[in-house]
Amino acid sequence: MNLIRYQEPELATWSPLNRLASLREEMNRLLDGSLAGFTSSAGLFGGWNPTVDVFQDKDNVIVKAELPGMKKEEIEITFQEGMLTISGERKQESEVQEGEVYRSERFFGKFHRTVSMPTKVEAEKIKASYKDGILSVELPKAAEAKAKQIEVSVS
Amino acid sequence: MTTHTAHSATLERPAEQASRLPAWEQPSANIREERDAYVLELEMPGVCKTGIEVTVEQNELTIVGHRSDAEPQGEAVYRESRRADFRRSFELDPSINAAKIQAKMEQGVLKLTLPKAESIKPRKIQVAD
Repeated sequence: MNLIRYQEPELATWSPLNRLASLREEMNRLLDGSLAGFTSSAGLFGGWNPTVDVFQDKDNVIVKAELPGMKKEEIEITFQEGMLTISGERKQESEVQEGEVYRSERFFGKFHRTVSMPTKVEAEKIKASYKDGILSVELPKAAEAKAKQIEVSVS
Repeated sequence: MTTHTAHSATLERPAEQASRLPAWEQPSANIREERDAYVLELEMPGVCKTGIEVTVEQNELTIVGHRSDAEPQGEAVYRESRRADFRRSFELDPSINAAKIQAKMEQGVLKLTLPKAESIKPRKIQVAD
């Protein structure tokens, strides 16, 4: 019984990746779901790859990761040898999932992203916050990295 | 008339048209059926409670999420996010009581509960003596 039919928005809103995803969905349907687990949106690329941005200003490097629907405790941040790693696991709500599932595009499970820093940072002063599903990590630049910048601007 | 103008603009500047990113990002959705309602979850990172617009017009449910997180200062070293606002529409089945839709926003995930109308719920009828 099709109670909520999905309606395709204006064509312009579709990015090539979305198109690819919907093509995959169509193919899954064609193959009677036998490939569903294998090619589910993130599965094809070997897991959930949350979107990550890296910015830098004079004093800080800022890393932002889109992690909607997580708990603060489920996110793990580590820093080692100039590499910042964000990992964790998003768990499905514990309540018993009775009834039919009509659409399942969200990815649940483990993820792992590593980004290298563009400059030396002070590992002890790294701060992180999680708000509206976005993780922000602020990494203050090391004094030596900042000194180098000033030198350049003076000369 | 407006369509015509837009069309000529496309013809004049095809390169500019092609390079323009779509205005909206489509949020990922989960839909499941429970006994009394349908539950719709949409992923909209960077959108807070006040940035959500849920409208029902005719039989169409439209959800718009405006991002509220500020663009970080400084230069982008590496970027994957599009930072576009979110928008997605669904057609509602007549069995849904649109007047009683409930919404909850938590850490970038919007959860909508769409209750089924009383008339379609299974009803137990007692046999009278």
